[in-house]
Amino acid sequence: MLNKILVAAGLGLALTATAVAQTPRTGGTIRFTAPYGSSFSSMDIHTTQRAQDEIFGKGLFRSLYNWDSAKGEPVLELAKEVTVSDEGLVHTFKLRDDAYFHNGRKMTADDIIWSYNRIMDGSKAFPGARFVRLIKGAAEVEKGQAKDISGLKKIDDFTLQMTLTEKVNPAYYFFTATTSIYPADEGGKDSFLQKPIGLGPFKFVEHVPGSRIVLEKWEKFYKPGKPYADKFIVSVMSEAAARDVAFRNKEIDTSVLGPAQYVAYQADPNLKGTIVEVPEVFTRHMGMNPSFKPFSDKRVRQAINYAIDTQLIIDKLVKGKAYRATSWLPITSPVYDKALKPYPFDPAKAKQLLTEAGYPNGFEFEWTASNNESWGLPIVEAVIPMLDRVGIKVKVKQIETAVLAETARKGEFQAYMYSMATGPDPQASLKCFHSATPQSACNYNSFKNAEFDKLLDEAGQTGDSAKRDELLKKANALLFEEAPVWFFNYNKAVMAVQPWLKGIQLNATELTHQNVEDIWVEASSPAK
Amino acid sequence: MLAFASRRILQTVPTVLAVVLLIFVLFSVIPGSIISSLSDDGRGPMDVQVVERMKKELGLDDPVHVRFTGYISRLAVGDLGTSFRTREPVGSMIAKRMWPTLQLIFTAMFLAIVFGIPLGFVAALKPGGLVDMASMVGAVSGLSMPKFWLGLLLMYLFALTLGWLPSFGYGDGSLKYLILPAVTLGVSPMALLARTTRAAVLEIMTADFVRTARSKGMSELRVVKWHVMRNALVLILTTIGLQFGALMGQAVVVEKLFSWPGVGSLLVDSVLQRDIPAVQGSILVAVLFFLIINTLVDLLYVVIDPRIKYA
Repeated sequence: MLNKILVAAGLGLALTATAVAQTPRTGGTIRFTAPYGSSFSSMDIHTTQRAQDEIFGKGLFRSLYNWDSAKGEPVLELAKEVTVSDEGLVHTFKLRDDAYFHNGRKMTADDIIWSYNRIMDGSKAFPGARFVRLIKGAAEVEKGQAKDISGLKKIDDFTLQMTLTEKVNPAYYFFTATTSIYPADEGGKDSFLQKPIGLGPFKFVEHVPGSRIVLEKWEKFYKPGKPYADKFIVSVMSEAAARDVAFRNKEIDTSVLGPAQYVAYQADPNLKGTIVEVPEVFTRHMGMNPSFKPFSDKRVRQAINYAIDTQLIIDKLVKGKAYRATSWLPITSPVYDKALKPYPFDPAKAKQLLTEAGYPNGFEFEWTASNNESWGLPIVEAVIPMLDRVGIKVKVKQIETAVLAETARKGEFQAYMYSMATGPDPQASLKCFHSATPQSACNYNSFKNAEFDKLLDEAGQTGDSAKRDELLKKANALLFEEAPVWFFNYNKAVMAVQPWLKGIQLNATELTHQNVEDIWVEASSPAK
Repeated sequence: MLAFASRRILQTVPTVLAVVLLIFVLFSVIPGSIISSLSDDGRGPMDVQVVERMKKELGLDDPVHVRFTGYISRLAVGDLGTSFRTREPVGSMIAKRMWPTLQLIFTAMFLAIVFGIPLGFVAALKPGGLVDMASMVGAVSGLSMPKFWLGLLLMYLFALTLGWLPSFGYGDGSLKYLILPAVTLGVSPMALLARTTRAAVLEIMTADFVRTARSKGMSELRVVKWHVMRNALVLILTTIGLQFGALMGQAVVVEKLFSWPGVGSLLVDSVLQRDIPAVQGSILVAVLFFLIINTLVDLLYVVIDPRIKYA
């Protein structure tokens, strides 16, 4: 896993490797930017699953597990060890006895139980419920049939027993900020929105809505000597051009780059060394609705994959800021299959498949897309003449990005263009194509294949991780063959990082989500 | 005067109600909701059961008339509702962001008045001259240039090249953070004021009463000060009033560009995320601001021009 990341990371490797070799400096200010669209949703991180909010969330809060970018998997964070029962359902956590909330109180098992009970409150809508529901009895709390989650048992203050409903790795369920641990009772108070209290390496100082959030070092953080920096500031900056000026002017330490800036930074000798890149677990694709007759035929879906010169679009339009997709699971997935080769650009083959499927003269379909530069209208416009060559006409329907997910969820499309998280848990990602998964959940293409279901079911039942990986690989290969989508690309996340900021991690789940306690600022930073 | 002021305030009530209705209907029919916006970054689909709960909690599935009645009844007691996104009262969200927006608007208008009006006057006193030509070219450019582009140019020049000012952010709210966004916002009204002033002064300079004043032997300075300026001010004041109100809307672009924590950026964020109560509240505040400024301008006419009388 680590090798994959390092190979793909390119210039970022050098930057990180240098960082590892140096002695961290304490003090200074880390100045991140939050680039995704709008201001922060809420200081109550349980209420939001947006990537934008988790940027500061990583500084302020902590969950039972945390993402380890070097290992490429979630690892224990608030527990020192976990033992699993023979049948794989009961997990006993030995919790940290040195984790203090920002109000000075020590974390105990009660806080975890309280936090998970809160997330399952049936009168509220916390996105993390989809993860906590994995625990036995959580669904009953959600339905109002029980007050407490029966599968959570406090053995003592620092020992917690968790009984699951499925034999899966809970690490993938309890590492995002949506399942952060709050101090029992405090999290429900109105004052929490004004002054949130977490277990993270930085504590809350101020939030200027629409502009920035400022956090300062939490002296009682449980990792000795960390965090290194005294202050952590995250500025909301959705405009790429404004970020560019601020980065060049040394006012910010990080800036996420789009395709155009990626090219410009690579060409500038002063900026080239600041680029950090990683293949993220997002797959860009065109989903095809089988209720639209032509798309119910596998040959038509394959024909579309053959008809599009995907590499040309990645090179010319996405400016190389993506990796060619070779099925659903991305490069940084633990079960990525290197042996799979992408559909070659072969219009003649596409035409042949269309003829065999009964569409020798092609057909017309409506393609719903947003104006996103990497997976929206610009891409659709480039594809239209390619499909036209094999007789397929496209009618474009433009909608806002905010509406896209709902359109897909309701199945109100013939084809849609989207970027979906396809990791880090490969099992959960592939489950979106299981026939038992409703369209409203994430089976947007209403995919139904008995062989695929069988492979996935077997993977869910086996306790042998090697066998599970093999089954998931097979399922992924089957998906590639069935082509429910046009496999476009896996996102290459690119961030510019100032030379004085060290310890940036190549987080494949989202590059902007950093364990800020591991980052330090050298004395050359203009921010004191 | 008092009767007029009361009448004007009463006249604003139907306008406000019409705006409230329009915004409500508009956001009831456009596609998308806070739920879809929560997963628009593709990180993962929203849980189906959570979606259902959210719909119930926020009343998204209630019929339009039920939601409208609820909204109006809350509004009648001054409650702007609770934000779908932050779960905070919209009133308090707007209150937090009002001061930065007012700082921005008043500074922008101050710059527009201080530079725009004298420029228009000077240009009009010698039409066709070098100052006139230069100021009008500047005015047309200022009016035509998109604020987004102008803001980036100013950032590039004053922050990156000269290093005099920060390129973004609110900082501690001090002047150095305010200058670039305020200038970006103020250039357009400044240009309009310069053009309006020039046109008004040129017209008045040819009026009979000016010719009479000059023929009486009055000095040019006195003619301009006593006759031209006061008469031109009525038109200028109207322009100021309209521009002042419009700045609230124009601040949207500037606030987003400079990461300025005002009502404008709140409005954009709320629209993008379909946070309907926050959208309604922000627009309502912008409309009220516009109406208040224009009512004040109407009242000021009396002070400037004694011929204007309100029954």
